[in-house]
This record gives sequence, C-alpha cells and structure tokens, in this order.
Amino acid sequence: MHIMEGYLPAIWCIVWFVVSIPVVAYGVYKLNKLVKEERGILPVLAVAGAFIFVLSSLKMPSVTGSCSHPTGTGIGAIIFGPAITAVLSTIVLIYQALFLAHGGLTTLGANVFSMGIVGPIVSYLIYKAGMKGKLNFYLVVFLAATLGDWATYIVTSTELALAFPAGNILTFGGFFSSFSKFVAIFAITQIPLAIVEGAVSALLFKYIIQAKSDLLVEMKVIGEPLVRKLRGLSA
Amino acid sequence: MSRKLELIVLAILLIFVAQFIYVSSTTDAEYGGADDKPEGVIEEITGGTYKPIAEPIWEPPSGEIESLLFALQAAIGASIIGYFLGYYRAKSNYEKKLGFKTESKTEKQSL
Repeated sequence: MHIMEGYLPAIWCIVWFVVSIPVVAYGVYKLNKLVKEERGILPVLAVAGAFIFVLSSLKMPSVTGSCSHPTGTGIGAIIFGPAITAVLSTIVLIYQALFLAHGGLTTLGANVFSMGIVGPIVSYLIYKAGMKGKLNFYLVVFLAATLGDWATYIVTSTELALAFPAGNILTFGGFFSSFSKFVAIFAITQIPLAIVEGAVSALLFKYIIQAKSDLLVEMKVIGEPLVRKLRGLSA
Repeated sequence: MSRKLELIVLAILLIFVAQFIYVSSTTDAEYGGADDKPEGVIEEITGGTYKPIAEPIWEPPSGEIESLLFALQAAIGASIIGYFLGYYRAKSNYEKKLGFKTESKTEKQSL
C-alpha cells in the first residue's frame, strides 16, 4: 500500500497530511495519557507495535504473481483504538521511508491515512460490531484484521485514483476508470494476504489473552466472563 | 491445552503455501512488488507526462541490502513479541507453581 516517494502531486500530499496530522496528534495525546495512567500497558503496546513492524516487513507472494505485504494494524486497533494505532503505523512508515525507500516522506500523509487510520477504524468497528453480535471471539478478531487490511488497500487505490483520474475528476467516470485499474493491482493481490494476516492476528490475540488478560479487561477490550471462557477452553 | 486455533491457522498457511507453489510453477510470474506497479498505471493514465515531485533521500544500494533491512525490521519486531509473551507466560507459570503473586511488596520482602 505504499505510495512511492514523489508519486502524488503536491496538492494531494498536502491534503493527506492535513487529514492525517490531527489523528496522529490525537493519538500521541491519548498515548501519553494512557501510559501515564497505566504503565503496565507498555508491554502490550510494544507487542502491538512490534506486530505492525513484523507484518509490514513481510512481502509475501500472492495469486496475481506479485508480492505485497500485510499491515498488522488489526491487533493495535482492537486493543488501543485507531488513533494510537495511527501513531504506531506512522513510526513504521517513517522507518520504511527513510531506510528502505518504501513509501516516502511526501506521501507519508497518504500512507498513514490508508494504513494507520482507515484500516484500523474498519478493524475497530468490525470488532465492536462482532462482539455485540456475540460471534466467536477469534472469528471476530480474524474478520477485523482481515477486512482492516483489505480496507487499507482500497483506500490506497482511492488515493491514487483521486490524484490520477483518467479524464475529468468531476464527472466521476474518470475517477472510476482509474480506481478500477489501481484496485485491480491491490485488491486481488491482497485477498490471500489479508486472510493470512487475519489468521495470524487471531493466534497472537490468543497468546496476549493468556499472557496479559487482566490488562485487556481493565481497558474494556474484552469482558471478564469471556476471558474466563477463552482461557478455560484453551488453558 | 486446546490447539484448535493453531491447527486452523496452520491449515490456512498450508493452503497459502500450496497456492504459491502452484502459481509459481504454472505461470511465469515475476513476483515483483505490488507497491511498484501503480507507477506503470500512472504513466499509462497520464500518457507519461507525470514526473515524480520528489526522490527518496536514500535508497538501499542493492536488493540484498534491502532484504537485510527488511529482515532486520522483522527480527526486531519478532524479538519484542517473543520477549514479552515469553516473559509473561513464564511469570504466570511460576506464579501458579509457587502459589504466589510477585505484585505486593510485603510478599516480596517475606521472600
């Protein structure tokens, strides 16, 4: 989902920075508050951040004969919410822009918006909805991570199509013609990878529950009875 | 301990690997990065008129060095996850075995 350095016209670089900066700033504020109130959360925060670090470094081959990478933001979004996940994603994206020339500093705003903001919001909403719907817990985590990953790539396609409409953007025909081209690259490639990401996220969540379920209960991510049930089934 | 979830995840991974082996042996796909492909589409849409507005400040000098840095990124992340999960897993194991929690100060002193 990285939009390469320089591949967005200046106006769109600015637009996406304007959209992303407030969210990341709010995330930094929330993060500071959280860490001050509850220092015990740091290890879980480190694990969620590290998960983004690992998954976004894995370029995996896909059915379309090209490679793409998962985002790993699902776990962070479920535990800490989208704003804090945006901060974690920004750190990873800056590392990749500076040391790997993947993505770029001019396109950072756009990349943060797709991977750090919209993806996690989708994951978060699906998690909340799934928990209300009383679905199987790990299935909910799987769906949240999978669809959040997929949403990230849909947003990247949208960002590119907005910047490069084939014809007049106001007619929308130009936008959709470009969008279908970009989405053809990303969406299909991403389907198997998103499924793998969802599965691995569900597994990691199982281990986080075994290791630090008290914190998850305290943060109201998951209810005490459900923790007992999950640990009872798996412990 | 139930290993149902582990088995499901393993099955998904195996399907993924099988899919890769099948696709890579039946087609001549090059397996380039999907991140780089929009470049071609942008060129097609704009008729090659678009010039990137910026260049990366530094690029890995070769594919090997790029792989190294990606591996480093994965290794750092995996170490952090492994460290914390291992730490808390062992901690709760020993707490169960020894029958006490190390959280209260009085308990620590009575050791």
